Amino acid sequence: MSIKIKDVIHKESPMTQGHRMCPGCGAPTAVHQGLMGIDHPLVVINATGCLEVSTTVYPFSAWRVPWIHTAFENAGAGAAGVEAAYQALKKKGKIDKEIKFVAFGGDGGTYDIGLQSLSGALERGHDFTYICYNNQGYMNTGAQRSSATPKGANATTSPAGSVIPGKLQKPKDLTSIAAAHHIPYVAQTTLHNYMDVASKVKKAIETPGPAFVNILVPCVLFWRIDPALQGDICKKAADTRFWPIYEVIDGEWKLSYKPKKRVPVEEFLKPQGRYSHLFKGERSKALLEQAQADVEKDWEYILDRCGETWEPAE
Amino acid sequence: MSKKIFVSGDEAVAEAVRLAKPHVISAYPITPQTVAVERISDFVEDGTLKAEYLHVESEHSAMSAAMGAAAVGARTFTATSSQGLLYMSEVLPYVSGARFPIVMMNANRTLATPWALLSDHRDSLSQLDSGWIQVYCEDAQETLDMILQAYRISEDPRVMAPMMVNLDGFVLTHTYEMVELPAQAEVDAFLPAYTTINRMDLDDPKTVCYAAMNDYMEFHMKQELDMRKVPSVIEEVDRLYGDKFGRYYDGMVEQYLCDDAEVVLVTLGSVTGTARVVVDAMRKEGHKVGLVKLRYMRPFPREEILDIASRVRAIGVLDKDISVGYEGIVFTNVNSTVADLETSPGRINFIGGLGGRNISKENTRGMFNELLELARGEKKEKIQFVNARCEYHG
Repeated sequence: MSIKIKDVIHKESPMTQGHRMCPGCGAPTAVHQGLMGIDHPLVVINATGCLEVSTTVYPFSAWRVPWIHTAFENAGAGAAGVEAAYQALKKKGKIDKEIKFVAFGGDGGTYDIGLQSLSGALERGHDFTYICYNNQGYMNTGAQRSSATPKGANATTSPAGSVIPGKLQKPKDLTSIAAAHHIPYVAQTTLHNYMDVASKVKKAIETPGPAFVNILVPCVLFWRIDPALQGDICKKAADTRFWPIYEVIDGEWKLSYKPKKRVPVEEFLKPQGRYSHLFKGERSKALLEQAQADVEKDWEYILDRCGETWEPAE
Repeated sequence: MSKKIFVSGDEAVAEAVRLAKPHVISAYPITPQTVAVERISDFVEDGTLKAEYLHVESEHSAMSAAMGAAAVGARTFTATSSQGLLYMSEVLPYVSGARFPIVMMNANRTLATPWALLSDHRDSLSQLDSGWIQVYCEDAQETLDMILQAYRISEDPRVMAPMMVNLDGFVLTHTYEMVELPAQAEVDAFLPAYTTINRMDLDDPKTVCYAAMNDYMEFHMKQELDMRKVPSVIEEVDRLYGDKFGRYYDGMVEQYLCDDAEVVLVTLGSVTGTARVVVDAMRKEGHKVGLVKLRYMRPFPREEILDIASRVRAIGVLDKDISVGYEGIVFTNVNSTVADLETSPGRINFIGGLGGRNISKENTRGMFNELLELARGEKKEKIQFVNARCEYHG
C-alpha cells in the first residue's frame, strides 16, 4: 500500500484546477492529497457543501471521474445506492472493473445533518470510504457553528461578545463514533503531512468494507488565517495535540504521530482570528487554561485507547 | 402461463416487483406497506429475486439510495406510506429533476396530527408538484399490473420520470383477492432490460445531479414539455399491456357509463369499487349517473376531463383529502381544467374518508342525489363533508 512520490507526481488528480474554492481552502488539498495514491477507477459522491457547489455548477465540472451530488444529509445513503447498484450489475456481468467509491462531506453534512445516513451506511457494511473534510463549521452558509466547532470559537451563530465567549460546548468526537461502528478502517488526520493523508486515504479505500477518514482542513474565512499558512496551521493542530493523528484498524487504535515536545495550544489558536477574543480582556487567562485542559483530557483519552504513553522532551 | 393467486395488495406489489427484476431495492418499513417489503425480502433471501436489498435506516435514505443506484443505470424499487413519504419528500424532486425512472409503491395513509393509520390521500396528493407520475389503483390486480406498467412507462426514453403507484392502505394492502400473476417470460417480453445514457459511466465520466444556476429554468421547462407527452405513452403502454395480458385500464381515465350521463362522480383509488356498485343500482332505477375513475393525477388528464365536462350537467369530485383553507386537491385540479369551457357544468366537492372514515354505498348515493338536484337547478353547497359526525355550516 506504500506510495512513492515519483509514481504519483505526474498523475492527474481526479479533480482539476480552476474550480471556485477559495485560495487557501483545505478541502481541495484534502481531495488532491487523499486521492493521489489511488490507482483504482473512482466514483465520487458529494454531499451539499462548499466542495460540491464550488467544483461544479452546470455546465462546468472540475471532476474527471463520475461524480454525483445527492443532497446535504444523505451522502452516506447515496454512496450506498451507488455501491449496491455496482455490486448488482457486477453480479450480472454488466460491469467487470474493480471500482472504488468515495463520499465527501463537510462537517455540517457529516457530524450533524448527515450523521444518521452515514451511520446507516457504515452499519450495512457497504464497500466505500467516507471522507469528512472538517473545517469545524457551516462554511457554505457563512461560518455558523456546527457540532464540530471547537469550544471558544467565534462563529456567526455562536458569536464571541462581552457576555458569551464564543461557542460554549465541546465538539462531538465523530471519529470515535465512526470507530464505534466497528468497521474495518477509521482514521483522523489533517493537512500536516501529505504522505500521512495520502496513505490513510489509500488504506481506507483499499480496505474492503466501509471506512471513514476525518480530515481537519482550514477555512480561511472562518478561521481567519493567512491563506499561505494552510499547512502551517494544520501542523500546529497536530503538534499542539489539538487534533490527534491516529487510525483504528479492525478495532486496534494506533497513534500515528507523537509530538516530541509539549507545545501549548495557544500556538494553534493565536494565528486564528476566530480565537482572537481569547487573547484579550480579563477572562483571557482562564479561557486559555480551559482550552489547554481540554486538550490534555482528550489526549489522555486517545493515549489510553491506543495503549500509549507520552513523555515529551523538556 | 399465468396463474391465479390469492394475495393481499401488499403481496401483489411484491409479486410484481419480483417479475420486474429490479437490480436494487431500498426501503424502510412503515405500516401499512410493511408486508410488501417483507415479501420482497423473502424473495431476495430465497434467491427468486436476484437484487441488492438495502435495509436502510429511514425513508430519506431509502429514496437517496435509490437515487444513487439509478444514477449507475440500475432498475430500482422503493416503497413507503404517509409520514414516510413526507420524510423522503426532499429527495422526490431531486429524482424527478435528474430524470431517474425510479418506481415506488405508496400505501395511501393519512397524515398526523392527529396521528392515525387508516387510508386517505393526503400523503400522495401533498406531493403532486414533485415531478413524479402518480397513478391510483382500484384493486390488487390493478396494482400488480401498474407496477409492471410503471417500469415500462418510466423507463421510456420519451418519459424518463419516476412513478408513484398508489394503493389505499389496509383497504387494498391488507385485503385478499384472486389476482392473475403473469408468466415471467411474458413479463420479460413486455418489459425489456433497462438501458440509458442518463447514468454515471467510467468510460465517459459525467457529473450528475448537480447545481444549475443560470440554466435552471430550461431544465424544468424541458421536464414539463416532456411530461406533456406522457399521456400518449401511458395510453400506448395500456394498449400494449392489454393486448398481452388481457387487462385494459383505459389509460388516463376510466369512464364508467358516462356516455349518456347527466351527472358524474370523480373518484380516486379503491372507493371507485363502491361507486361502481351504486352507479349500477341507480342506473336500474333510471338515473343517468356515471363514474369517472381518475387514474392519473400527474400528468393530469386534462383532455379527458374537458370532454366529460362538456357533456354533463354536474360533476362531483370526491376528495379523500383537503387542502386546509381552500378545498379538496382533486377538486382544484378538475376545476381549473373545467374553467376552460365556455359554459361549465355545476360542481360539488365532496370531502370524505379522512383518516379512513368509511364512505358507504348510502353516502355515495347521497352524493349522486346532490348532483342530480344540482343538475335540476337546486342550489347546493359547493364543498360538502361526507359522513361527518358533527354539524357544519358553510
